Amino acid sequence: MSARIVLQEADIRRALTRIAHEILESNRGAEDLVLLGIPTRGVPLAERLALLITEIAQTAVPVGSLDVTLFRDDLAKHPTRSPHRTDIPAGGIDGKTVVLVDDVLFSGRSIRAALDALQSIGRPAVVRLAILVDRGHRELPIRPDFVGKNIPSSRAERVFVRLTDDDGEEFVSIEGGDE
Amino acid sequence: MRHLLDTRTLAREDALQILDIAEDMADAQSRQVRKLPTLLGKTVVNLFFEDSTRTRISFEAAAKRLSADVINFAAKGSSVSKGESLKDTAQTLEAIGADAVVVRHPASGAPRTLATSGWISAGVVNAGDGTHEHPTQALLDAYTMRKRRFGADSRGRDLSGVRVVIVGDVLHSRVARSNVWLLATLGAEVTLVTPPTLIPQDVTAWPARVLYDLDTALAEEPDAVMMLRIQLERMHAAFFPSEREYARHWGLDAARLRRLPEDTIVMHPGPMNRGLEISSDAADSARSTVLEQVANGVSVRMAALYMLLAGERSEPVRTGTGSGTEEFQMNRGDR
Repeated sequence: MSARIVLQEADIRRALTRIAHEILESNRGAEDLVLLGIPTRGVPLAERLALLITEIAQTAVPVGSLDVTLFRDDLAKHPTRSPHRTDIPAGGIDGKTVVLVDDVLFSGRSIRAALDALQSIGRPAVVRLAILVDRGHRELPIRPDFVGKNIPSSRAERVFVRLTDDDGEEFVSIEGGDE
Repeated sequence: MRHLLDTRTLAREDALQILDIAEDMADAQSRQVRKLPTLLGKTVVNLFFEDSTRTRISFEAAAKRLSADVINFAAKGSSVSKGESLKDTAQTLEAIGADAVVVRHPASGAPRTLATSGWISAGVVNAGDGTHEHPTQALLDAYTMRKRRFGADSRGRDLSGVRVVIVGDVLHSRVARSNVWLLATLGAEVTLVTPPTLIPQDVTAWPARVLYDLDTALAEEPDAVMMLRIQLERMHAAFFPSEREYARHWGLDAARLRRLPEDTIVMHPGPMNRGLEISSDAADSARSTVLEQVANGVSVRMAALYMLLAGERSEPVRTGTGSGTEEFQMNRGDR
């Protein structure tokens, strides 16, 4: 069992700053932007991105959370999961540019569930996807629009994201799969 | 969780998990599209051997909002009235492919028999059995109390220090039994107020205090007053002299309502006998949670069905028609 750190705290900060700029560039400003983090670690990431965008564009960006548990197609493969809180900003998502934010993109199934969950809440004009780590192995035709870092991995490996907000320490590491 | 049979054996963590998931279900009910795909492809059978409109509709709404298929099976007009046994009925449901059976039965213990007999592999939810328990009613009552007390900040909290008075026919009430056990598990202090003729014999073993005088109990300014329905269909003996006398001693009338503190809530599991155990003043006041209880019932039952059906089954998944498979395995073991 070996663990190697692939992103340090400063790398994560730089990646998020770049993504904040990219989001503003592709949206041509902060207008109609809504950031929704996918629990658990997508939520603090979305909040940080919102802060960065607010700093850069000098406009407050609404941020919330979108739980996808009740929309997953793999519930029967795990012990019962408790859902997390969904918190949609007051302005809603109708006609907005919604940026979904998650820590790791793997099979793409969480994002599929997130698209279904969005549909029950409203109809955004555009949906984009921002990801801190893309580790490959997609099982669905889903790709991210904004990526912190591409980390090629084997299926046997596990990618861990630790964030100060949740864990008190901050890094991305990759473990296992070294036989 | 495999079955939901009673609150007496329900662990505190499981109870809180159901209540917290019910919060998420309630949130989902406030969205544009209220239907969730969570239990798509699962089949829930409502097996009702006793008349009940509210509970059955509530379970049906809960299952449908989670996209499960619902089969309603009422004992009247079915083969049960032709003498089919519970076992045969259960095996029929198994053959149909029921994933969960919501059962109401006049005999105490029927849901447990169904769950433990090996006749079916489906999860069993007790929707009221005889004078034993009605766990989802107690869960929705606890949810309602928690919501009124903590509002949006309810998640993860129990009912420590909440004082609840339950008034009425405790002897015949499965609602009272389920509430006593659940509320005690969640840290609430329960007082039962009942005519001396309607006290169960084993009440000393319950985690609750017993009083005979309603005014004494109300003078202590409880946080919640739960009025039980006088089940006229079960009043075969002379438990109290007359309905009017019952209303005078144990009914929540306008005068008693006025003496209650502003934030005391008035609960009733429904259907209400207005003018008997509860006056219209009490039933229609801002303190009454009667309609909230109905709405919360759907969220709580969605949470219960989610707990039973959504995750990986804790015991072996069925590979055919339950009992047949077991026999097959036993035979192989013999050889």
